[in-house]
Amino acid sequence: MALVLNEDEVTLRDTAEGFFANKAPVTALRKLRDARDETGFDRALWAEMADMGFAGVCVDEDHGGVDMGFMAAGLLAEQMGRNLSASPFLSTAILAATAIRHGGTAEQKAKWLSAISGGRAVMALALDEGAKHNPKGIQTRAETSGNGFKINGAKAMVVDGHVADQLIVAARMDDEQIGLFLVDPKTAGVDIERTIMVDSRNAARIDLKDVEVTGDARLSEGDDVLTKVMSAGRAVVAAELLGAGGAAFEMTVAYIKERKQFGKIIGEFQGLQHRASHLYSEYQLARSAVLASLTALDEGDENAAKYCAMAKAKLGSFAKLASQEGVQMHGGVGMTDEYDIGLYMKRIRVLQELLGDASYHFDQLATQSHY
Amino acid sequence: MSDLKQFRAETRAWLEENCPKSMRAPVKSDSEMYWGGRGAKFQSEDQKLWFERMLAKGWTVPSWDKKYGGAGLNRAQAQILKQEMKRINARNPLPSFGIWMLGPALLKFGSEDQKLEFLPPIARGEIRWCQGYSEPGAGSDLASLATKAEDKGDYYLVNGQKVWTSYADQADWIFCLVRTDNSGTKHQGISFVLFDMESEGVETRPIKLISGKSPFCETFMNDVKVPKENLVGEEGQGWNIAKYLLTHEREMIGESPLSRSLSEMAVQQTGTVEGKMPDPYLRGKIAEAEIDDWAMSMTMARMLAEAKAGASLGANSSMLKYYGTELNKRKFELLMDAAGHDGLEWESERSEEGNLARTWLRTKGNSIEGGTSEVQLNIISKHILQLPGA
Repeated sequence: MALVLNEDEVTLRDTAEGFFANKAPVTALRKLRDARDETGFDRALWAEMADMGFAGVCVDEDHGGVDMGFMAAGLLAEQMGRNLSASPFLSTAILAATAIRHGGTAEQKAKWLSAISGGRAVMALALDEGAKHNPKGIQTRAETSGNGFKINGAKAMVVDGHVADQLIVAARMDDEQIGLFLVDPKTAGVDIERTIMVDSRNAARIDLKDVEVTGDARLSEGDDVLTKVMSAGRAVVAAELLGAGGAAFEMTVAYIKERKQFGKIIGEFQGLQHRASHLYSEYQLARSAVLASLTALDEGDENAAKYCAMAKAKLGSFAKLASQEGVQMHGGVGMTDEYDIGLYMKRIRVLQELLGDASYHFDQLATQSHY
Repeated sequence: MSDLKQFRAETRAWLEENCPKSMRAPVKSDSEMYWGGRGAKFQSEDQKLWFERMLAKGWTVPSWDKKYGGAGLNRAQAQILKQEMKRINARNPLPSFGIWMLGPALLKFGSEDQKLEFLPPIARGEIRWCQGYSEPGAGSDLASLATKAEDKGDYYLVNGQKVWTSYADQADWIFCLVRTDNSGTKHQGISFVLFDMESEGVETRPIKLISGKSPFCETFMNDVKVPKENLVGEEGQGWNIAKYLLTHEREMIGESPLSRSLSEMAVQQTGTVEGKMPDPYLRGKIAEAEIDDWAMSMTMARMLAEAKAGASLGANSSMLKYYGTELNKRKFELLMDAAGHDGLEWESERSEEGNLARTWLRTKGNSIEGGTSEVQLNIISKHILQLPGA
């Protein structure tokens, strides 16, 4: 298993490091937030990301992508996490692109994959419905209706759903299987409410009332494709958590090397040193888990789905600890909006929930391992 | 086929053919293994056969040079052999402090004469070694050790006491840290010497642990004569060797000792109700520990791959030691939770004489021996995070 980056990967990481630090640093997120930006991300940045090949990182070359695989996607996501860079990378370049690439017909691919890699379409996966991630509990129905389907249900936490050019809706079909359906948000019966989240990023609640779609709106065999989509999403979210948690950890260590109290640099206190060193250890495990899951995806490992879920659980726990220790060790200033550490805590809380928190994955792992 | 692929295929076939079935079953305790030494006896024909076959291949010390009794495998090949042995749960044919600890120290710091004299008997399991590091007054603060070695011309006269010497009562020789000079800082004036445990003036006394077992001893040295040629490296430079060995030791202690997965072992205790462990809280904790276990093994693999061939992991070995041992303690707490009343039985056939309870108690030492968790966190703070005053 490739746990050490090769030369190409190091080059990509360095490129991404410079790109996101320069083009989409934390100050850019603050600007979007304070201006109450309608889109919630910078469309010019997304266009540039497409030019760099980032939007098409998981799209094949026939459809304008660079097809560099999930390891590359993870390296990009890590840098986005470090800088809290806002873009539709997860919703569009990972979740939608994986769904269409693995479940789409030739026509669907031609239309949507090229638009994704070209940065011309924002897409959103409408999967969850309740307060917690629960794909098995999907209640949205897609009844057969004439040559097409009629969809009814309510979706929540649809990342970038407020500006999506196309939705991919997970719905239960007549045979109780989950199908994935391409739905134009302008279709009659689709009601979208933008939800600005705690991290100043955006999602949507979407009501679907008698929404009619044609038969060719359905992606093929939903369950397998959905598993693939969720695995990819989990590994990439884990990579973003690695970046966000890692940045929170590093800014905290830097802070305790500067802050003085009782006539001492507070980093001299063993009470903080040991907690920082424990966090360093967790950071190392977190990085290995991310690299192992991304590699497993790229290699088509039979346990890839399991590893992605495990990495998602581990990274949620690591980054949560990093942000909590970060705010605590910053002391009073950690509670202020002026310092960045709080923004990391907010983003990490959102990423923890996306595609299943640690408890969800503990339960899933135990169930799948028969205990 | 690449060379490594071919090596893997050949190794797999050889192990399949030569590793006896009974040598593929997990051991319950260290005493079921063949540790070698002057008085060592094989406990079964299979154990003897397995040892002799591995010895003939040079695979008791696969990565040592052939002239020292090894097979001269490179790092990748040695890794493959390890993986292939693990694949069939093959037992280590010769667990040995000589192989794990002294060997690497001699290879790095010893003279050619010392290597040729001491390494081959280690590889052949003829001499069993123990480690004389800690003293009653020098535990976490190892460098404050006081065992005195006086220069008497062609020999040192050694007086003092060591503690936590693993299996000193069964070992033939000891590698030992002694103080040859008191004039400088505590790290200066430490030397690394080797001597026969049968030398006049050496006495050992086993220490009974909370597990009821005695893997460690106190060792007393009273006017022991150690020939000068048994000094490894320069006089007064022993601390460098000690640090190197401690780093090495930490990399090993971090490894998981479980032969089956934590959940399998837990389910064996708790059973399942409709496919699930009956206690949902414990079930979640076990899943969490299994994830950490996986992330830990991936981290060891990653750090070994990142280190240049043969290079030490440096301060990251402290991270692995700290996390691995704390995780190990966590896992055995969970197994005790799973076993409930059954895990408390101390003297019964059913419990194999309290095997789980005794192992659980033994794991408490993991985060103390080889440098406590707190010492490892200090090392990370100082050398990796570079925090002030660490």
